[in-house]
Amino acid sequence: MSVMMLDAGQSEKLDADLPAWPYAAQGQQVTRRKEGSAVQATDDITDWAVLMARVRDDQDRAAFAALFRHFAPRVKSFLMKSGADATLAEECAQDVMASLWQKAHLFDPSRASVATWIFTIARNRRIDALRKARRPEPEDLDWGPTAEPDGADLYEASQENTRLGAALAQLPQKQRALIERAYFGDLSHGELAAETGLPLGTIKSRIRLALEKLRLQMS
Amino acid sequence: MTIRHHLSDQLLMAYAAGDLPEAFNLVVATHVSLCDECRAQLAAFEVVGGAVLDLCDLATMRDGSLDACFARIDACIDAVPQSRVAPRKRAGVLPAPLADYVGGDLGQVKWRSIGAGVRQAILPTGKGASARLLHIPAGQAVPDHGHRGIELTLVLQGAFRDDADRFGPGDVEIADQATEHTPVAEAGMDCICLAATDAPLRFNGLIPRLAQPFFRI
Repeated sequence: MSVMMLDAGQSEKLDADLPAWPYAAQGQQVTRRKEGSAVQATDDITDWAVLMARVRDDQDRAAFAALFRHFAPRVKSFLMKSGADATLAEECAQDVMASLWQKAHLFDPSRASVATWIFTIARNRRIDALRKARRPEPEDLDWGPTAEPDGADLYEASQENTRLGAALAQLPQKQRALIERAYFGDLSHGELAAETGLPLGTIKSRIRLALEKLRLQMS
Repeated sequence: MTIRHHLSDQLLMAYAAGDLPEAFNLVVATHVSLCDECRAQLAAFEVVGGAVLDLCDLATMRDGSLDACFARIDACIDAVPQSRVAPRKRAGVLPAPLADYVGGDLGQVKWRSIGAGVRQAILPTGKGASARLLHIPAGQAVPDHGHRGIELTLVLQGAFRDDADRFGPGDVEIADQATEHTPVAEAGMDCICLAATDAPLRFNGLIPRLAQPFFRI
């Protein structure tokens, strides 16, 4: 129930301060449950982490369907841009979304947003399906039993991700295309941009801080 | 372990994107296992991946796609492990991703002599680049060589110096065509490195060049 533990005050703050998520599915209105009140608020901000938590904690099929409607067409598009034909991309997109359900217990909103998490699943699926090159993963960190994520931290992280998405959208077309092609697996490393022009500093610092805390706990 | 030489943003981004050949993936995964600085930067590049995904235009899903997805979920719902898998951790000296390739720790490495006291073990990786472990006796120079492509050298034990700098445990040296150097293992302890290159090494000097085919790299 981690993400839903935001108190009512925090939820109000989220609603009031978050800029409209610019990439919500067109025309999609999503209902967000407010903790501590019976009010059903409808707005154009979708908190994917809340929906993901419902899938994880309650096997909520409606929440999954909302995630599917938003992300599946993007995953399919991502895979087609990576060189998969429509049939393979459809199959793999369904696989990726099914993994979302199957791996829901691994979802930890304090470590990755839903979009980031789905990206990593889709990337690995693409490597399996298209590249067939092994991609060894780093050692796991022992994050231990998931602590209740701090509402303020989650809020800050989601703001950073929103800013990053906006910055990517606003890059000069040529530069943005180069970054996108890299993520579609369509770039030789000679072509990689030296500077992405993206504000990664705050995101890195926040993660670095979390790692330091973890190391302290472990020592 | 104080790491002074890190992976470049280009390499971390390419690893995040899934663009690298296997041998380079192995160096990145091994370094990140040792280095929180690069782990954090890698996570930031995965956030970029999330943003790229979210900005993708929408492909049309096949009719009944959601139902088909639920059918997949229902078909294997009992097979789903509901607990976290145990984290993959270091058992010995070698970080876990590297230990997977060696099939154990340093003691299990199948070294072969390549002359002048230097030993190597080639690791099985796919196309595009090759990876090997190098064991250089303390105080010994690696044959003078330039590079045709990119070479990543990650120090696992001991240290080496070249004309410009010192590389200790966890440090990674990124060398390209412009790098022409003579790395020397520091006195006191044999130096063990993981090296990956996307081109055969070019040795300056006739004898090592003739010997190169035997090095298989």
